[in-house]
Amino acid sequence: MTLLQVQGVVKEFSTPGALGRKSTFTAVDDVSFDVELGETLAVVGESGSGKSTTARIAARLLEPTRGTVIFDGVDVTRARGKELARFRNDVQVVFQDPFSSLNPRYTVERIITAPLSYQGIKPAEGYRAAAQELMERVGLNPDHCQRYPAQFSGGQAQRIGIARALAVNPKLVICDEAVSALDVSIQAQVLELLMRLQAESGFSYIFIAHDLAVVRQICHRVAVMNQGRIVELGTREQVFGDPQDDYTRTLLAAVPRINPEWDAKRRQRKVTL
Amino acid sequence: MTRYVLARLGGVVVILLAVCLFTYLIFFKLSPDPAVMICGKTCTPERIDSIRSVLGLNQPILTQFGEFLRGIVAGRDYGAVHCPAPCLGYSFQTNESVWSMLTSRLPVSITVAVGAAVLWLLAGVIGGLVSAVKQGTWWDRTAMALALGGVSVPNYVLALVLQYVLVVKLQVLPFPSAPAFGDDPVLWFESYLMPWVVLAVGYACLYARLTRSNVIDTLSENYYRTARAKGLGGALIMRRHALRPALTPIATIFGMDFAGLLGGALITETVFGLNGIGKLAADSIAKNDQPVIMAVTLLAAFFVVIGNVVVDLVYTALDPRVRVVSA
Amino acid sequence: MSDELFVVEDLTVTTSTGRGPVDVVKNVSFTVGRDETLGIVGESGSGKSMTALAVLGLLPRGARTSGSVRLDGTELLGRSDRELRPIRGNAISMVFQDPLSSLNPYYTVGLQIEEMYRTHRGGSRKAARQVVIEALEQVRIPDAGRRIDQYPHQFSGGMRQRVMIAMALCCSPSLLIADEPTTALDVTVQAQILELLAELQSTTGTGMIFITHDLAVISSIAQRVLVMRSGDPVEYGTAEQVFSDPQHDYTRMLLDAVPRIDDEVAS
Ligand SMILES: Nc1ncnc2c1ncn2[C@@H]1O[C@H](COP(=O)(O)OP(=O)(O)OP(=O)(O)O)[C@@H](O)[C@H]1O
Ligand SMILES: Nc1ncnc2c1ncn2[C@@H]1O[C@H](COP(=O)(O)OP(=O)(O)OP(=O)(O)O)[C@@H](O)[C@H]1O
Ligand SMILES: [Mg+2]
Ligand SMILES: [Mg+2]
Repeated sequence: MTLLQVQGVVKEFSTPGALGRKSTFTAVDDVSFDVELGETLAVVGESGSGKSTTARIAARLLEPTRGTVIFDGVDVTRARGKELARFRNDVQVVFQDPFSSLNPRYTVERIITAPLSYQGIKPAEGYRAAAQELMERVGLNPDHCQRYPAQFSGGQAQRIGIARALAVNPKLVICDEAVSALDVSIQAQVLELLMRLQAESGFSYIFIAHDLAVVRQICHRVAVMNQGRIVELGTREQVFGDPQDDYTRTLLAAVPRINPEWDAKRRQRKVTL
Repeated sequence: MTRYVLARLGGVVVILLAVCLFTYLIFFKLSPDPAVMICGKTCTPERIDSIRSVLGLNQPILTQFGEFLRGIVAGRDYGAVHCPAPCLGYSFQTNESVWSMLTSRLPVSITVAVGAAVLWLLAGVIGGLVSAVKQGTWWDRTAMALALGGVSVPNYVLALVLQYVLVVKLQVLPFPSAPAFGDDPVLWFESYLMPWVVLAVGYACLYARLTRSNVIDTLSENYYRTARAKGLGGALIMRRHALRPALTPIATIFGMDFAGLLGGALITETVFGLNGIGKLAADSIAKNDQPVIMAVTLLAAFFVVIGNVVVDLVYTALDPRVRVVSA
Repeated sequence: MSDELFVVEDLTVTTSTGRGPVDVVKNVSFTVGRDETLGIVGESGSGKSMTALAVLGLLPRGARTSGSVRLDGTELLGRSDRELRPIRGNAISMVFQDPLSSLNPYYTVGLQIEEMYRTHRGGSRKAARQVVIEALEQVRIPDAGRRIDQYPHQFSGGMRQRVMIAMALCCSPSLLIADEPTTALDVTVQAQILELLAELQSTTGTGMIFITHDLAVISSIAQRVLVMRSGDPVEYGTAEQVFSDPQHDYTRMLLDAVPRIDDEVAS
């Protein structure tokens, strides 16, 4: 079943130019894609190609200039009031810049449980315990639930954002560079958590990332964006195995790899041990 | 942007109309019969009736309200007397035109408000900034304790104390008389000094506390850290990376406070005997002079509503994140 | 070893939280030579950013430091703000981890680079503007002449990151500390930026501390690597040593956990 349909979305930003003349800049140019229930769609591409903007439109945090967003069969492009509130509950976003998306005056406990109280859900075990459980799941020390965002490291702040998004059992989670500040081992743990939630509760994800190895690990389909357009959209096997677009090929070729000589040596040693 | 401004101004007109109607209903319906009040002691039923018909009081209330509005826009006639636009009627007490009463007193209130605002902004912002930078020192603690106390001193107490000490006891200031600036600038300044101070003290304390807490928040922002990492220091880093972000929200609060004051500082003006809108309001309420009460209320509402719009527009100009509206 | 550009010895950082002092960096030592890159990797929350902030005296309120940090033989630790000012942004510059919150939302990107340039180099606004445009072009910001007058929220995440890099480079520092400077860049732009940094190093001899989680990037640019875990330096050596013959279990675990683009995915 199709959960989210983004159809022909265009986003123009106007910047006031000289002498009151306005120049417009097309950040997203006729982008369409679907997200199935229980599917992970990865969005990769050039920095500045409109990934975050597309994500913000899909989450209705930004009005598109043209185009429609259909969620669960309902056109939410111009939704208001109750309809919008329901949409907001079903769709959670993990933002690209962690600190800017966390209220510096709230404790982590309050930040993480905000979506719960917003929806009027009172967890049986209490807000404190609910927050601590979520913190534990993303590898944060639950004893720190009374701290403020500024007292965390970049990667820890990012995980606070992830915990908040997972608090209310959303149907769709939009992860904008959600694991970019995590070390590989915690990253693996968080990815595992995301995939387990998908298997158990059927979450869908839009997963924006620059780390193609991570993308390859968790996505079902990939959209490649360049200069505001989707230049390639296909299953993981298609895009990684047999890329059609030139830009996709350049991208795949540029993935940095650990010095193969050193890596081989290390593996050798591991085997002989 | 232009469309936004026009839409907001449309909204203003609607709100002002609603305020008018509401005030009109309250004052002209719920208070004693104005005809009786105007008629005075030597009154006959016939005179009351004639007053009623001149004022249009025998007509349905909405018609009366329509007349009132028309008077503001186009002027109206009371019997043989023509009241030119903008007509707010005549005082029941003195028979003066209400409009000219307002315009003659408005300069006094504006002088009081502007002077006080300058004082409290300077004192509040500088005090708050210094406190924030010297957070936790004795100066911070003393200043904030004073500020907490200052907010809770009632205006009239401060006014009476100041007047007693400075005018009566020490005789360093004259009794306020609101002369024109051009006649005697020194006397003008001396007259207004006490009202300014009295009005400013409460606000200054409030603004000092606001500024302090906003600046402290800003000093822990990541971008302030970046500014330090860039090697900036002194006045530049304070102005750009601490004060500007901290004061932007205060600017909007200031707009509302200032607009409120333009409608008259009731207590201060009365205590110091300054003939401003505030004193006019106090007098007219005491004597139940309805057209004046009505006009003063409308004027205050007008300033608050307009102030609100101006504040919103200023805010969009001050915060780039709101300013740039998408196509 | 006095000819080393930058030396950190036994650096310890103690922060105060509600529950008493905590050592978030414990006895970290390393050196960075001219034209050399030190990579710092490690667990999230292991004190990498704290180490970087301690160097420039930018730690949060209430944090204390001990040990020694020397640039060209001059001790930096314990110096006052006033003494550090001419060094910050000039001799040592820093790219912060979270670019959006690290840029002032009230000023254009151009002004924020320009004010730093003019603080250290002086000159007219016009001249500085030209420098800023060039700096932005250098980090591949398209249409830099127009972008310079935009505000941080009008940039994409990766562009903001590049703005931070342009800012850090514009006074040609002798030491550049980059805290996860390429997390929001796609691999092609990342490669360009890394190339730019390498080029700069070879021409100006800038030493670099590069903090990242991307071990592949570290292996391609760093000569020495420091691995950290919960405040402790667990391993320190040349890149080749650390990658081909890791001594510590944590380093091994980290290297094993790296997701690889070439491996067949188990599905
Ligand atoms: N509010 C805005 N006003 C003007 N331009 C904007 C605004 N937001 C984004 N843009 C522009 O739109 C383009 C796309 O930005 P977006 O943030 O979607 O990129 P992205 O694909 O997420 O890039 P990155 O990978 O670097 O985060 C950029 O050129 C950016 O400068
Ligand atoms: N202001 C603060 N007060 C107290 N503790 C803090 C403060 N800021 C950070 N910490 C703690 O210090 C530790 C080290 O943080 P640091 O930012 O150096 O980590 P990091 O290695 O950069 O991690 P990441 O890779 O996630 O950015 C973390 O455990 C964090 O919780
Ligand atoms: Mg983005
Ligand atoms: Mg960090």
